[in-house]
Amino acid sequence: MSPITLILIAIGLGLAGWLIGRAKAWSFQKADPEARPASRPIYHAWYVAIWVVIPVLVFITLWSFAAPQLITQSVLASPAAADLPTFGFERQAWLSEARAVAIGLAPGVFNEGAEALIEPFREAISFYNWIGFAVTIVIAVGGGIFAFLRIRPDFGARTKVERTVMIVLLLASLVAILTTFGIFASLVFETVRFFGMVSPVDFLFGTFWGPDPMSNPENPDGSRYGAIPLFWGTIFIGAIIAMIVAIPLGLMSAIYLTQYANPTLRAWVKPALEILAGVPTVVYGYFAALTIAPMIRDAAVAVGVTNASTESALAAGVVMGVMIIPFVSSMADDSIAAVPSAMRDGSYAMGATKSETISRVLFPAALPGIVAGIMLAVSRAIGETMIVVMAASTAANLSANPLDRMTTVTVQIVKMLTGEGSFDHPATLSAFALGFVLFLVTLALNFAALRVVKRFREAYE
Amino acid sequence: MNNMADISRPTRTPQFEARLAKRYRAERNFKLMGQGAIVFSVAVLIFLLGNMLMNGIGGFQRAELAVPFNFAESGLTGDEVSLTAPSAVQTLEMQGMAEVVHFFAEEALGTEGADQLSDQAWRDVAAALTSDPALLSQTEPVLFNLPASSDLASGLAGEGSPEMQALASKLASEGKLAENWDWGFLSRSDATSPQAVGIWGALKGSILTMIITLVLAFPIGILAALYLEEYAPKNRWTDLIEVSINNLAAVPSIIFGLLGLAVFLAVFPNLRSAPLIGGMTLALMTMPVIVISGRNAIKAVPPSIRDGALAVGASPVQVVFHHVLPLALPGMLTGTIIGMARALGETAPLLLIGMRAFVATPPTDFMSPATVLPVQIFLWSDEIDRGFVERTSAAIVILLLFLLLMNSVAIYLRNKFEKTW
Repeated sequence: MSPITLILIAIGLGLAGWLIGRAKAWSFQKADPEARPASRPIYHAWYVAIWVVIPVLVFITLWSFAAPQLITQSVLASPAAADLPTFGFERQAWLSEARAVAIGLAPGVFNEGAEALIEPFREAISFYNWIGFAVTIVIAVGGGIFAFLRIRPDFGARTKVERTVMIVLLLASLVAILTTFGIFASLVFETVRFFGMVSPVDFLFGTFWGPDPMSNPENPDGSRYGAIPLFWGTIFIGAIIAMIVAIPLGLMSAIYLTQYANPTLRAWVKPALEILAGVPTVVYGYFAALTIAPMIRDAAVAVGVTNASTESALAAGVVMGVMIIPFVSSMADDSIAAVPSAMRDGSYAMGATKSETISRVLFPAALPGIVAGIMLAVSRAIGETMIVVMAASTAANLSANPLDRMTTVTVQIVKMLTGEGSFDHPATLSAFALGFVLFLVTLALNFAALRVVKRFREAYE
Repeated sequence: MNNMADISRPTRTPQFEARLAKRYRAERNFKLMGQGAIVFSVAVLIFLLGNMLMNGIGGFQRAELAVPFNFAESGLTGDEVSLTAPSAVQTLEMQGMAEVVHFFAEEALGTEGADQLSDQAWRDVAAALTSDPALLSQTEPVLFNLPASSDLASGLAGEGSPEMQALASKLASEGKLAENWDWGFLSRSDATSPQAVGIWGALKGSILTMIITLVLAFPIGILAALYLEEYAPKNRWTDLIEVSINNLAAVPSIIFGLLGLAVFLAVFPNLRSAPLIGGMTLALMTMPVIVISGRNAIKAVPPSIRDGALAVGASPVQVVFHHVLPLALPGMLTGTIIGMARALGETAPLLLIGMRAFVATPPTDFMSPATVLPVQIFLWSDEIDRGFVERTSAAIVILLLFLLLMNSVAIYLRNKFEKTW
């Protein structure tokens, strides 16, 4: 019986508890219409339902971890398991094959030895399914009876239910902290393991990147783990090329849309920009790799660059810039709209043209917001993965030529973790160290953006 | 005349006129730059979508060979029972169905043509037979459009080797080879040949993953938003929660993949590439988006409604669940749909947690190996075969259609239910 079935049973019993609790609470009211019970019947109903469902859910969670272990143990204890190979991998394979057949996922086993295990598996699974089901019912009914007996006219069910609601709300908001903590802890843990094998100095200041996942993990060559070319590639593609595209185009389209365009044009162009922002990055990556990169290569060859690559930094950077345009544009839009119109009107009254007003009055006043927006855009660009995975190269080059092949932090994370390397190898662990650096840099950029807005925002009103 | 002008407009010196002209020119140039930026952005959008659509149309078609199949002469045996049993296809394979199909193809197309029938073409005939066992007793030949090999398909498209192009044009002129609309693309799964691939496996994986994401992220996000906006005391813990939610919204998605890899896959090592793990990872990514948009929706509910409810004796929980939540829900739903649309297009975290395996059968439940639409696009984009280019674009078209649908629903909800107080 899968956990989902058990959960459905629990919900069904909870519903029954809800109805029974409400019926009992109504019966008080019917018996004595003059009395004023402490809570309305609906709260008694919820009280019973909570006592039925929550203990059962706790049990199901624990059970779904425990049951597979118990099943395996009882199979191992059966006489048929005596023929099992004692050795790790094969043993696991036999067990999982027999298990797959027993639950009907596979038609038959490959290893004939596993055949004997199917029947013990079937027995153990049905036995523990039965136990899980019985315990679920017992807990649900027990909780329900406990709650049911406490229902009396003067019982304050509402305060109890509301206290539970508050606890659930608090738990929901703690998920965010847990996630942050989980990210931080897992990155730090794996990074520390990585730095136990490769010195941080080699990693942060070395200029050659070429980890070999097949090398001996006991004795890694620190000089192959220099991440400077990756950092440079990330900055070059995400913070330089992409921003050269995105900042002017994003800013100018925001200015045109807010200051020049008539409402009809705005009504058409703004959704178009939103669509551009909503296109998944894998589509941009495909577009960059298949359409833009060959175009750039051909153009470069046409003007006489002989060694132009189809995996140039330029193609990935330009497409990433296009992806960022709507982001910069909406940020700039917001900060320009926040400038009070009295300033604009004053500038017009002095005889300034529209463009002079924009570039000398509105733009300086909106600058903190725009700078913050650009910082956020950079943090998005350097964390962007699919465009660079599909369009940029995996070769780490320290070069300032945009037509060169270049790689980024995110490309290497994907490359290291989608390979065949083992989890204990420094090449695999280096992905976590890179991820940690990326995490810290994007966090720093986001904090800096917040600070810029707070520190430099002029209070006009 | 000139003198008069000087007297009436004393500041209009030639230098002034020149300056003014320059300023106006600057104004015009500035405006042009703005127009240029808009035109460029929209042009890129149109180029991008047009490019995908043009290629994608090809991806919804495939080159098919017309093979008349005479069941009565085929020597295949079977009855209602054996042909509808789950093992029917295996039974037919044992009877040498592949060779029979090849034989009929040879009769119709010649040896050369029959050799270019896709290896798995007989499965289409077998599928037709198992869905309608009565065909077996039919004496009239039944015409089947069977997929051609990918070599012949590229020959038909005017690429590939000259022999294939010649063969393709010969068969096409005889009306035996044609690009047919391929509805099967929507119902098949991943395969090694572009002629045999379909999108349903990835689509179903996406749907299962999104269900998990929604079930986890929506309640948690809404409840967290309610707590933070309505109940949270102003203290250090609340600040910590707020800071971490805002940070999570800005963390690159690939970091969530690292989290899923290090935590979820460490706890559930058997569920590699299962929609359950993918959905959990994406839920953590989507939750902050839902919290932030949910808080904005709650903020938009005017305080007078809370005060009114409190004044007639509602408890704080009743105020929120009876009054604030129903009013804020449309805004919350809009934010949720937008967050879900982002999660649907997300690729990088799912790559890291192993949803990039070759999965040739659609996932049956939340625990079985699956892939999702964007990852399928990524995998196909790596294939060298020309046919995959069109198939990838077709998959992108489907993904974009889904995103468009979700965003339209969000916009509709916003327009329909948004109130200004």
